[in-house]
Amino acid sequence: MSYQPIRFYQTGTFTVGNRLLPDEQRSVQANMRRTNSLNSGHRACQGCGEALGARYAIDAAMEATQRQLVAANATGCLEVFSTPYPETSWQIPWIHSLFGNAAAVAAGIAAAMRVKGRHEVRVVAQGGDGGTADIGFGCLSGMFERNDDVLYICYDNEGYMNTGVQRSSTTPPAARTNTTMPLGHSPGNRFGQGKYLPAIAMAHEIPYVATATVAELHDLEAKVRRAMGIHGARYIHILVPCPLGWGHDPALTIKIARLAKETGLFPVLEAEGGKLTNVSKIKRKLPVEEYLRPQQRYAHLFKDPERRDVIDRIQQMADRNILRYRLLDDVERRA
Amino acid sequence: MLKQIEGSAAVAEAVALCRPEVICAYPISPQTHIVETLGRMVTAEKLTPCEFINVESEFSAMSVAIGASAAGARAYTATASQGLLFMAEAVYNAAGLGLPIVMTVANRAIGAPINIWNDHTDALSQRDCGWIQLFAEDNQEALDLHIQAFRLAEELSLPVMVCMDGFILTHAYERVDMPTQEQVDAYLPPYDPRQVLDPANPISIGAMVGPEAFMEVRYLAHAKQRQALELMPSWTADFKRIFGRESGGLTHTYRIEDADTVVVALGSVLGTIKDTVDEMREQGARIGVLGITCFRPWPTGAVRAALAAAKRVVVLEKSLAVGLGGIVSNNVAASYAGSPELVHTVIAGLGGRAITRRSLHKVFIEAIEGRLEPVTFLDLDHSMVERVLTRERELRHSGPIAENILRELGVVAAKVG
Repeated sequence: MSYQPIRFYQTGTFTVGNRLLPDEQRSVQANMRRTNSLNSGHRACQGCGEALGARYAIDAAMEATQRQLVAANATGCLEVFSTPYPETSWQIPWIHSLFGNAAAVAAGIAAAMRVKGRHEVRVVAQGGDGGTADIGFGCLSGMFERNDDVLYICYDNEGYMNTGVQRSSTTPPAARTNTTMPLGHSPGNRFGQGKYLPAIAMAHEIPYVATATVAELHDLEAKVRRAMGIHGARYIHILVPCPLGWGHDPALTIKIARLAKETGLFPVLEAEGGKLTNVSKIKRKLPVEEYLRPQQRYAHLFKDPERRDVIDRIQQMADRNILRYRLLDDVERRA
Repeated sequence: MLKQIEGSAAVAEAVALCRPEVICAYPISPQTHIVETLGRMVTAEKLTPCEFINVESEFSAMSVAIGASAAGARAYTATASQGLLFMAEAVYNAAGLGLPIVMTVANRAIGAPINIWNDHTDALSQRDCGWIQLFAEDNQEALDLHIQAFRLAEELSLPVMVCMDGFILTHAYERVDMPTQEQVDAYLPPYDPRQVLDPANPISIGAMVGPEAFMEVRYLAHAKQRQALELMPSWTADFKRIFGRESGGLTHTYRIEDADTVVVALGSVLGTIKDTVDEMREQGARIGVLGITCFRPWPTGAVRAALAAAKRVVVLEKSLAVGLGGIVSNNVAASYAGSPELVHTVIAGLGGRAITRRSLHKVFIEAIEGRLEPVTFLDLDHSMVERVLTRERELRHSGPIAENILRELGVVAAKVG
């Protein structure tokens, strides 16, 4: 196909229309020979961001490794909805052991492959934010520190959705969960708590860290491909909206993921060896309100009386991200 | 080849002869010398190919072993005490997944109060986790049991825990007969997994199982362990044929032929018990010993046969079912045809308290003379316990338990009965 210098965007989005791209730039998903690693028929909710993210990520990893991939999965939504045996959606060798040990199980698989001389076989560990930032944090940090040859993918839906929407350490401030109810003077999850795992991963100075959202799937695929081209411990943190836990229309999953990025609340970045190497610029800065409004977990902020003070604090968080990670082009930042 | 070496080194050498491919290690006393020795062997490329992974916790140690085993590698780890409890979730998981991991447990007490010395509380807390549990009487047996453990684990696709008394065995220098690589290779074929994570044949392992099949899965684990009881004698015979000695198996008996009184125990204390029994035999007592080598699966038939003629049974155990009495004795009572009142529990050696021949002699005589209580705590300082209880009755804010007892005791290096 001839070189095509002009870029076409789908109306109303910032996504390049896949079919308008040259072959080599098209997504793995667009390829008829994609592996369907996480096959259809699983039990995820309508509009599940995690199912979408996992499908793109694992298919991209399969392509990048010439289908020589093994996955270790933490307990959680992804595990439960994909393997109600005798049905399994996984078309790849896949193991689920426990909630908090996916990183260690993956390290064990990688060690076994190394000792057996099967250097072509690569290993992915995956889990939700609870299995990654909370209960599995020790195993994850150990895997990073030893620089085990594992790509760990965290599908972050900012709470324990599988157990019925409880707070995790990645639940954002003011968000309602069943353990951070919108009651009292400071409703929803508290400010000043929680952890930003990508920075913690970077502090381990592992070869590769990236964040992504399910709004930019080309970007996600490219990051998985990049990660599979590197050996050692790698970490990709994907923001995956959860219609059930966030209380949004299932049709809005991708839009909300995009708003998280475009408001500055979720920086999309890459880092190598602990050093930031790339950020995805915000194309058109939007106020956080646009991200918050469609989500029931923030509904208490917009009731009478409106909690402008809380919304402003969330805006400050977004602005701080924009400054810290230089998410706006300089011209726009000055404006 | 005969060698005079430390128990931990003997076990490490035996494990190395079994050609493990992945070893995960997190240090805890008194297990450290085993993994240190193995680590040196891997670094010096005396044990190769092998990946030695220094993990960040016992939970991770067992999890790395799970991953390695599921990917088709022969996996080994070692732990003790708090470490075994910290990995407990993964210990159950390894058994549930049917992964033939071998683990040494250098038996040690469980806190609080923190205590690094030997008893069997750690291993026995995991008695229902689905692992096969073998207890070594001396260092030769500890070494031999590890070789048998890999065979047992891989034939049954079940994990095996080899328990050896912390310090008493792990740190004791004894003469052992170290087998050759040829002997071990003849006994232990390469690992041929029943299930393996392989891109050439993708399978899902670890799916959720609901009420429709969970009972059957659990029953199969039980059935496999009971099957092991039937198979183990022939594997022990194989071992004897290749290594020229009897070692391991389900139980060992000592002078029980005409015994009215049979003492049952696990682990290294069997040596002291046998010495005591020899003394008492010289004085005309009809007393014998039943050593339990295989605690899980519980060798019901072998225990029943050994106790068939016994008029009374004394179970001497380094463990305590708090609020009940004995753990081992409950297993023994269920396999004893006589009245359960004739099974006496003697709790001994908790937290490393020395078990002396004098004290053993005293309780065995009491048993023979019908004076032994159903549950006895060997060499317990009753007056001290009474003083602490009095203090607690009198003072609401009586303070921390262990520290009160230590203050009562005063400064001592070690209390030997």
